[in-house]
Amino acid sequence: MLATAIIVFREVLEAALIVGIVLAASRGIAYRGAWIAGGIAAGMVGATLVAAGAETIASAAAGMGQEVFNAAILLTAVAMLGWHNIWMTTHGREMATSANRLGSEVREGARPLWALALAVGLAVLREGSEIVLFLYGIAATDEGVGGMALGGALGFAAGAAAGAALYFGLVSIPLRHLFTVTSWMILLLAAGMAAQAAAFLVQADYLPPLATELWDTSFMLSDGSLLGKVLHTLIGYTAQPTGIQVVFYAATLIVIGGLMRAIGRRPPSDQTGRSRDAAGTADRQARRTA
Amino acid sequence: MLIAVFAALAVPAAAQQPQVAIAIRDTGFAPAEVQVPAGTKIELSITNEQKVAAEFESTALRREKVIPPGTTGTVYVGPLQPGRYEFFDDFRPNNRGFLVAQ
Repeated sequence: MLATAIIVFREVLEAALIVGIVLAASRGIAYRGAWIAGGIAAGMVGATLVAAGAETIASAAAGMGQEVFNAAILLTAVAMLGWHNIWMTTHGREMATSANRLGSEVREGARPLWALALAVGLAVLREGSEIVLFLYGIAATDEGVGGMALGGALGFAAGAAAGAALYFGLVSIPLRHLFTVTSWMILLLAAGMAAQAAAFLVQADYLPPLATELWDTSFMLSDGSLLGKVLHTLIGYTAQPTGIQVVFYAATLIVIGGLMRAIGRRPPSDQTGRSRDAAGTADRQARRTA
Repeated sequence: MLIAVFAALAVPAAAQQPQVAIAIRDTGFAPAEVQVPAGTKIELSITNEQKVAAEFESTALRREKVIPPGTTGTVYVGPLQPGRYEFFDDFRPNNRGFLVAQ
């Protein structure tokens, strides 16, 4: 039962940390609870379907369906997180500087929370399908339905608690810094996911590893340890990365980070429309207070 | 003509790597220690003989693949430096084995 709980905890942890970051990053947005809860619920339904179709997925793409599927999910999540971050560079300051009277676009829920909801849903889908397969196996053999349910519930609660701890840690950051912190965290999260996608494409033999092991820090911190796993999720830590993983990681940082800078630097006079003007005013206010 | 070209391209590619078969049983991996040549790509054919799903995983090799019950999954590894590389079943972490590259 405890062994079951530990395995479920490790699988839940990754998705829970992502949910914690996304909830903090969407603080103060109308309907964010509904958006994120919707993403989680859709991810859970999807996870069950993926688990049920595991054999079909595995045999697709000449036996490499699972790798292609995982890489596609991860790269879609990277795109969603990137899109959110780039969007935030134009609207985040407006939110931070008018915390008590949020901009009209934000208040009306026009902010594209679908991107974050989709990213959460995909994370839950990926981790969740493994949990379903694992728990199904536990119920069918060793421990029966009772041990499966108890172990699963314990593991899930522990994972959710870790996500909640991260969330409450983040929202204790003053609002004018919060979105800077969450933007950085989302950028690193996206880069780590891109590196993970590269690993799946190498595993499927679609990409060359470039270097099979660029460095090895497993003697300091192994991927299998709890801290290693947390850092793997948060910043993409890998003790023994391949060359192509580092390339994907760096490319994601450069592309998303570069777009954030390019768009964030655009002078307010270039922008049109009322909400953009408001953002520009908030920009200038932010610079004055900074 | 085209078919002949594809066949010519596909056959050597498939025949290039040495193949290694590993079974996942209720008692663990069989064999639990596998000798493979270093410095070349290897094709691992992993058959899950259990009634439940398994996940073949190795942090040292950066590989993870769910193997549904009663099916065989292919995992390419290498070219490897000589050494011992641990792998395990993520769904039953006590089941472990080693790839020994020489």
